[in-house]
Amino acid sequence: MSGAPPATKPVMSSSPSLWTRLSNPSHFMRWSGTLVPWLTLLSALLLAVGLYLAWFVAPPDYQQGETVRIMFIHVPAAWLGVFFYGAMSLSAIGTLVWRHPLADVAQRAAAPIGAAFTLVCLVTGSLWGKPMWGTYWVWDARLTSMLLLFLIYCGLIALWRTIEDPNRAARAVAILTLVGAVNLPIIKFSVNWWSTLHQPASILRMGGPTIDPSMLYPLLVMIAAATLGGSTLHLYAMRTEVMRRRVRTLTIREAERLDAGRPRVAPAASLPLGQPL
Amino acid sequence: MSRALLALIARDLALATRVGGSGALSLVFFLMIVALVPFALGPDLNLLSRIGPAILWLAAVLATLIGLDRLFQADDEDGSLDLMSAAPVPLELVVLAKVVAHWLTTGLPLALASPLFGLLVALDGTGMGATALTLLAGTPALTFIGAVGAALTASIRRGGLILAVLVLPLMVPTLIFGVSAAESASGGTVPFTTPLAILAGLSLIAAVVGTLAAAAALRWSE
Repeated sequence: MSGAPPATKPVMSSSPSLWTRLSNPSHFMRWSGTLVPWLTLLSALLLAVGLYLAWFVAPPDYQQGETVRIMFIHVPAAWLGVFFYGAMSLSAIGTLVWRHPLADVAQRAAAPIGAAFTLVCLVTGSLWGKPMWGTYWVWDARLTSMLLLFLIYCGLIALWRTIEDPNRAARAVAILTLVGAVNLPIIKFSVNWWSTLHQPASILRMGGPTIDPSMLYPLLVMIAAATLGGSTLHLYAMRTEVMRRRVRTLTIREAERLDAGRPRVAPAASLPLGQPL
Repeated sequence: MSRALLALIARDLALATRVGGSGALSLVFFLMIVALVPFALGPDLNLLSRIGPAILWLAAVLATLIGLDRLFQADDEDGSLDLMSAAPVPLELVVLAKVVAHWLTTGLPLALASPLFGLLVALDGTGMGATALTLLAGTPALTFIGAVGAALTASIRRGGLILAVLVLPLMVPTLIFGVSAAESASGGTVPFTTPLAILAGLSLIAAVVGTLAAAAALRWSE
């Protein structure tokens, strides 16, 4: 690689842009700290409104009856499963292009949340499928795509856990995330092809966007509530991850300090340097 | 630059065919899986010939994973990977050479041997030829996708299991089009060339994305 990147970013230059200031880790801890309680409150309110609408206002479906209410959890969860993969891909670009530590943190925090929502989507879909299709699982194109998305999430989390050094792990996961992002449309396309080959239309399916407004508005409120709630969780998880890294750095520094106080017997066996951040 | 490419391919081919190489081993593994399936399903030749292409493709996917974890790890351990990345050729070229050599010692033998193994699952002549052709077109995609996982796990001890977890979901499209092309050759609604062309396209995409991503993974894992 030509032109080695500078070892430290001049974060506090004379006139840093708004984005630079907001993404500085200690600034981030400050503004996210004040924002998280409000966001929590707001998403709880929105969730309460959404759940009220979904339970009491939205009518039961003329064919599916009360089970259609599963949709109000199922669809937002599916959306968030995809949403967090998008967030991870953006963070991955931040990790690889700018080597920004906060991008690493955002990416790491997003993976378990995205995986959890994808799992919720699969489980609720399966519970919905039992009364509607008569089976917990069909190899339908959409189900299969979500299952593969879940497996990719699992692989990413496994890679995070396998590589010990957080900076190296972030770069490895970022590359895999982007390869996965290139692959996801291909997977979606090929699974559609595959399911039309193997599965002639034999299953009852909701008619896509032809959904009655009385159900659409509660659904939209639930999607908004889930997006806000998911983003709040993400912000919260990012704060936890920043603190975890600080603890890690402090522990290593403390070990070095104790090591330095001791008579030097084997200097070659000293600990590696602490990671920045 | 092409001399460096050829030299690297020749080096890896020599390594694979000598002691400690895994070239012939993946072929034996391929045969092993194909031979195991009838024991699980029963010796019903009609059933076996119907799912024959699927068995061969599944075996090819699993056999590709064999030895993949050593693709970059062996060179990482003895330091030759450091020499290669310090060489005046781009790291992408090194990756390309290593992956091509790996495909020549695993994917190509699998594709060439598949008509023989097709006999075991009672494929007819058309089915055998079609399966061999799809394997020839599709196994490069498997190897290139696998190379990304191999590069990511190059410095991880016991990286084989996580390598499989990482790359298998990404191999699904190749598997789908490989099997559907092979099956459409022996009767079906889709013409044989359509999935075959998509399969070849997947291999080309994987060659570009896989080479770049694997080189990036090796470069950034320093």
